[in-house]
Amino acid sequence: MPAELINKYMREAHLPHIWCPGCGHGILMRDVAQAIEDLGLDQNKICLVSGIGCSSRAAGYMDFNTIHTTHGRAIAFATGIKLARPDMNVIVIAGDGDIAAIGGNHLIHAARRNIDMTVVVFNNDIYGMTGGQFSPTTPTGDFATTAPYGNIDRPFDIAALAEAAGASYTARGTAYHAPLTIKLIKEGIEHKGFSLIECASVCPTYYGRKNKKGGSVELMTWQKENCVMSDKAQHMSKEELEGKLVIGRLSEKDYPEYTEQYKKIIEKARK
Amino acid sequence: MSKRVLMQGNEAVVEGAIAAGMRFYAGYPITPSTEIAEQSSVRLPQVGGTFIQMEDEISSMAAVIGASVAGVKAMTATSGPGFSLKQENIGYACIAEVPCVIVDVQRSGPSTGLPTSPSQGDVMQARWGTHGDHPMIAVSPSSVSECFYKAIRCFNLSEKYRTPVILLMDEIVGHLREGVEIPSVLDVEIINRTVKSSEGHQPYEGDIHEIPGWHLNGGGRYNITGLSHDLSGFPTNSNEITDKLIRRLMGKIEHNADDIIEYEEKYLDDAETVVLCYGGTVRAAMSAVLEARKQGVKVGMFRPVTVWPFPERRLKEISPKVKRIIVAEHNYGQIVLEVERIVKNDCKIDFIGKVDGTVITPAEILKRIKEGK
Repeated sequence: MPAELINKYMREAHLPHIWCPGCGHGILMRDVAQAIEDLGLDQNKICLVSGIGCSSRAAGYMDFNTIHTTHGRAIAFATGIKLARPDMNVIVIAGDGDIAAIGGNHLIHAARRNIDMTVVVFNNDIYGMTGGQFSPTTPTGDFATTAPYGNIDRPFDIAALAEAAGASYTARGTAYHAPLTIKLIKEGIEHKGFSLIECASVCPTYYGRKNKKGGSVELMTWQKENCVMSDKAQHMSKEELEGKLVIGRLSEKDYPEYTEQYKKIIEKARK
Repeated sequence: MSKRVLMQGNEAVVEGAIAAGMRFYAGYPITPSTEIAEQSSVRLPQVGGTFIQMEDEISSMAAVIGASVAGVKAMTATSGPGFSLKQENIGYACIAEVPCVIVDVQRSGPSTGLPTSPSQGDVMQARWGTHGDHPMIAVSPSSVSECFYKAIRCFNLSEKYRTPVILLMDEIVGHLREGVEIPSVLDVEIINRTVKSSEGHQPYEGDIHEIPGWHLNGGGRYNITGLSHDLSGFPTNSNEITDKLIRRLMGKIEHNADDIIEYEEKYLDDAETVVLCYGGTVRAAMSAVLEARKQGVKVGMFRPVTVWPFPERRLKEISPKVKRIIVAEHNYGQIVLEVERIVKNDCKIDFIGKVDGTVITPAEILKRIKEGK
């Protein structure tokens, strides 16, 4: 029940949130709460880490051990927390600019180490907090306040970037596909190692308006009509996948996990 | 019982830090501080701690703060270029009141500069390197033995006042090797942060200069942020609450200055000239002062061990009683500005500054002592 979920996992004194009407972030925050509820995790054993930007305000709203860090550095703070307290479930909530631009280095290196944490990216393809500048995931040709003649940058595929860097679990959900996204976040949390769930959010205020793509309903209708499940996408050609967003579990590998490996170092050093 | 060993300054820092309870180190290789990372990688797992070599200086500082909020004493070490990169997160530790120790083994700058040459060019950066008004403690050791004990002191101050503390070394001391007594039973007190763990407790609550007590999973589910926050740790836009916060942050250091500040004095009783220096420069200055004394010159030495906060009150007591203060430092003139601000017209101020990457020699200081006599 949504009300029970709010009572249990939200800090009601700090609501309402600052997100704009129609923003996808509220749905994604709820998905994180639902995944934690479904897994029956102890709230005291969860450490929620965020960076700076619209998405990172989620940390203040959710009733866990929460830390709202500096821009781009959430994963680096989370690495210290996880190494100090390997028994904690460390979850990072980050935005696309936060994690793929200023924090890109930390993303690829945490993925390479395969340190046990779950990164949930609220990807709205734009810098929302600062008023609609293009981000590393803004599609080429789209408009933003700093791309007034159209964006010439090529966008990152954050999930593919993480996979290539060594993440042992990657997936993609959307604000529209809530039950799927909840399932993917659950899988990510249960997965031992570095897991990343890229969640396509919607930003009607800046992205939608600047690109004349409509409001929240239109943006989410696009998600509804243009997403393809990963198992189905495997059998589709490049042409058929043009303009589509592949969702679902994207990769799962069995790599050694960093804190487990470090335990062995301690054993060796103490002999 | 203690054992006497030949040790490098950088190594002694690690031993001191471990004795103080450091169980987490995150860093990135940089000359001339690298031995601190290397030694930490050897020693920390031996005591059940964790060493991690991060992808850059920024993440090293972030991971240190992360480990500390999770309740583990944590340290990083760097030099000029890396110290610049760490500054944003040092400011985070200031406002969120996260204890941690940052070692800066100063080298010649700016930029890449002379990476293997000594300098004291980061003194003002240590004080004001991160943006905004913030408190800062910086401690400057002059010998290998002090590297051990001042590392402990940095952790103690950091835990007690819940603030980042800078162990402001220089290449002279970092790479110095000398005999040092390492006690088998520690002869100094180790301070651990107070953690108020009762439910319903406000993490930042307390009177104006009180030190907060929390860490993640310390009992309540706290929120930590670099935004201006209220006593509960949640963001606020209130000007009144922000004013209170900044004044408390500054005040917790200012009002405890007597506990924090440490200085050393030599031959001040009849001194007409005082050499003021800190860190590695103290060694040359002491040698010059002893030689001048032999030659009958009434000269003494004043040495801030705690560079920040600066021992302002003590210097103000000394300055009217002497004719001249010679400030010697390996930079274009940084602490001398602080001395001028404090001393004003009480006595003459002389300055020896070096920016060529070589050390100030005892002969240079001796010459200046005798010139102005």
